[in-house]
Amino acid sequence: MTAQTATPEKAGFSMHRTIERIGIHNLSLLVALVGLLVIFGTLRGDVFFSTRNLLNIGMGVAILGVLAISQTGVIVSGGLDISVGSIVGLTTVATAMTIQSTEAAGMGILAGVIIGALAGLMNGILVTYGRINAVIVTLGTMAIFRGIAFILSDGQSISIFNDSFRWIGTGRIIGLPVPLWILVAVAIGFYIFMHKSIVGRNYYAIGGNPIVARLSGLNIPRYRVAIYVVSGVMAGVGGILLAARTGSGQPISGSDGLELEAITAAFLGGCAMQGGRGTVIGALLGVAIIGVLNNGMILTAVPTFYQMLAKGTLLILAVFLAEYRLNKS
Amino acid sequence: MSTPFLRTEALTKHFGPVRALTDISIDVHAGQVLALVGENGAGKSTLMRLLEGVFAPTRGRIYIDGQEMRFSQPKEAHAAGIRVIHQEPEIVPDLTVAENIFAGALPRRGRYFLDWSTLLTETTRLLKTFGMASELHPRQLCSGLGPAQRQMIEIMRAVQAGGRMIAFDEPTSSLTEEETRRLFKIIRRLKADGVGIIYISHRLPEIIALADRVVVLRDGTLVDDLPAEGVTEQQITRMMVGRPLSEMFPHRDPATGDVVLKVQGMTTEHVHDVSFELRRGEVLGIGGLIGAGRSELAKGIFGFHRRTSGTVLIDGIELPSGSTAGAIAAGIGFAPEDRKDEALLLLQTILENAVLCVPQKVSNGGFFSRSKALNLISGISSQMRLKAASLDAPITSLSGGNQQKVVLTRWLACDLKVLILDEPTRGIDVGAKSEIYDLIRKLTDEQGLGVIVISSEMPELLGLSDRVLVMSDGRVRAHFDRSEATEEAVMQAAIPHGQSFDGALKHEGAGA
Repeated sequence: MTAQTATPEKAGFSMHRTIERIGIHNLSLLVALVGLLVIFGTLRGDVFFSTRNLLNIGMGVAILGVLAISQTGVIVSGGLDISVGSIVGLTTVATAMTIQSTEAAGMGILAGVIIGALAGLMNGILVTYGRINAVIVTLGTMAIFRGIAFILSDGQSISIFNDSFRWIGTGRIIGLPVPLWILVAVAIGFYIFMHKSIVGRNYYAIGGNPIVARLSGLNIPRYRVAIYVVSGVMAGVGGILLAARTGSGQPISGSDGLELEAITAAFLGGCAMQGGRGTVIGALLGVAIIGVLNNGMILTAVPTFYQMLAKGTLLILAVFLAEYRLNKS
Repeated sequence: MSTPFLRTEALTKHFGPVRALTDISIDVHAGQVLALVGENGAGKSTLMRLLEGVFAPTRGRIYIDGQEMRFSQPKEAHAAGIRVIHQEPEIVPDLTVAENIFAGALPRRGRYFLDWSTLLTETTRLLKTFGMASELHPRQLCSGLGPAQRQMIEIMRAVQAGGRMIAFDEPTSSLTEEETRRLFKIIRRLKADGVGIIYISHRLPEIIALADRVVVLRDGTLVDDLPAEGVTEQQITRMMVGRPLSEMFPHRDPATGDVVLKVQGMTTEHVHDVSFELRRGEVLGIGGLIGAGRSELAKGIFGFHRRTSGTVLIDGIELPSGSTAGAIAAGIGFAPEDRKDEALLLLQTILENAVLCVPQKVSNGGFFSRSKALNLISGISSQMRLKAASLDAPITSLSGGNQQKVVLTRWLACDLKVLILDEPTRGIDVGAKSEIYDLIRKLTDEQGLGVIVISSEMPELLGLSDRVLVMSDGRVRAHFDRSEATEEAVMQAAIPHGQSFDGALKHEGAGA
């Protein structure tokens, strides 16, 4: 009975879909990125496009990229993890202390990953089985993990003299910094996981509508805990990269708004607050925008305090746009 | 005859591809009761919303006293004298009786102050005219009032605001017999005072008792408009359904397969001590009023609710409690009543929705295989005559009937033994409805599935089922074979204990 009315309408719709599949959202992010490049290129083209500066941007976004990608996973599942900055700080300390006592780079890496996983497990269990709002849980653990980092290190910076460990943060492979390669690996891994694997796709179902997911036989608590553990591990990787780059474990590291930037990038990339939406490519583009913006603001000598204003505004704008898109569709 | 108070001309409302209402022309005269009947989804509520200015018509005209009107919001329809008394009375519980009756038209003293003394005198006067003075006090808070009293307040509000046509939407669904009699008296008085009445009800005896004219809607179109005098219930029913029931539900021999599902003493937070058996190839209907625990029974079997005691066996093997994954693995499928909130992922495509329960069939080593998914789903969906431009279209681009077909596709993709359908044809047009009935037949007769159908639509329940269980208060109250299952018998059993037949019928709407 609807066939005659539906056919022409749907034909138009499928063309719209084709454009959408190319990625109308990612396209608009690219446009924004190019816009920023043009602005900063015009203002400080001499410095901005130098190899050294571009590598600087790449270094700067590597840690952020890892966090933004895993944050995308958490948000798609219907959660949020604002404790990642603190986990980064905690893992730099744990890694540095382990390397100091064992003098083995591998042990330090292992310690960072394990501490990150435990921190994520704690978040996941509290959110899932404690039935506490994810923002509240991770706001609380943000303070807890930071506190533990200070207690462990006694508030001191712990130096790392292991050269093979420091290579992770400062070395290069085919001219590109190692952290950037790690970001590429994480991005590819997550892309395949989120978009191609059955388990990853199930996160879209869980975030999109938990009741439907449960009535389709998914074990939601297990999935939820797992994504927080993944988020913790990725923050651990971020901590390892940071410790390797700075050659130290510092309890305050990662406290300069890393989680804010990661969450901003995820929302810029197309996540929806209530879950069920978001892509790895989008998050990467969001990260690139933030990296360019940060670098450009420094080059054009925007005072630090104003940079903070810009970052906060960008987060709110990103979420506003995400909700606006959702309501329109 | 004189100019009718209200006239509609070819009034039409389409929501995208859904034709809710097409070319409805009716007259409502002052001092006349026009009864509006039709099955669920026939378009009665849509018509009310058009008259009340909640929706704007797609085309067609509304005339009041011969003058064309265009309502863009309820306020304008109210000003023209149109009032609708809804099933759920719109009462502010924390305000007094007087304030609720005069809501929107409170007498004032000066610009900012309420004129309490006028309000009280006016209210007392109204309460007296309606014979409610002994029952309601003007200063009483409305939070403690029963449904009948709330309804009276709405009627008084309509009258005091100068309502010239009052429409009642299932007004007796939550009233006792005594209250119903009182309502009828008041409707007859309103009629005598020259108010035009539209009376919507499923209760045909009420319609025959009250109405001057009967208008029958079916699938959004006007089937007949005839004088109420001499009309019989059978006549109205035939017009509502449109064809003899036997055509939609061909006779079949009851199934005699093995028992596939056995529920023994199942108790959850919502249902108590439920026991029954389902055979292969059998359709078991579950009847009862809204809130009787029918959906909860399904969710208990399916593992959505944890069982506190009792067992559920599939082919003699016990299912784990509280595990939907376990139920699906054992071969149970469940299509819930609320498609949008419980069945569909609205952000995703048809294909993604269809493969949700068969990850192992659409993957290679844990990774999604599009070709496998398309192979599996396109076969089933074409069998179901799913009308969609592409399986990659968003699920929200489909009509209700086609969305339901996607939900069924999802379950047919699994290797099912038992399929539980909760209100499978709710909000679905008649064409898709009969397709779904055919599908249920095919599943039982050709594939030997056991099917449980939960339905509030009596013809559907009785027409589809080989046996009928009736629930109330979370318990199974009765069990009928096809030959014993009549509308009266099912209703009688559905009534919560300790209430009369007539009184309890009315709970049907209260829980909705």
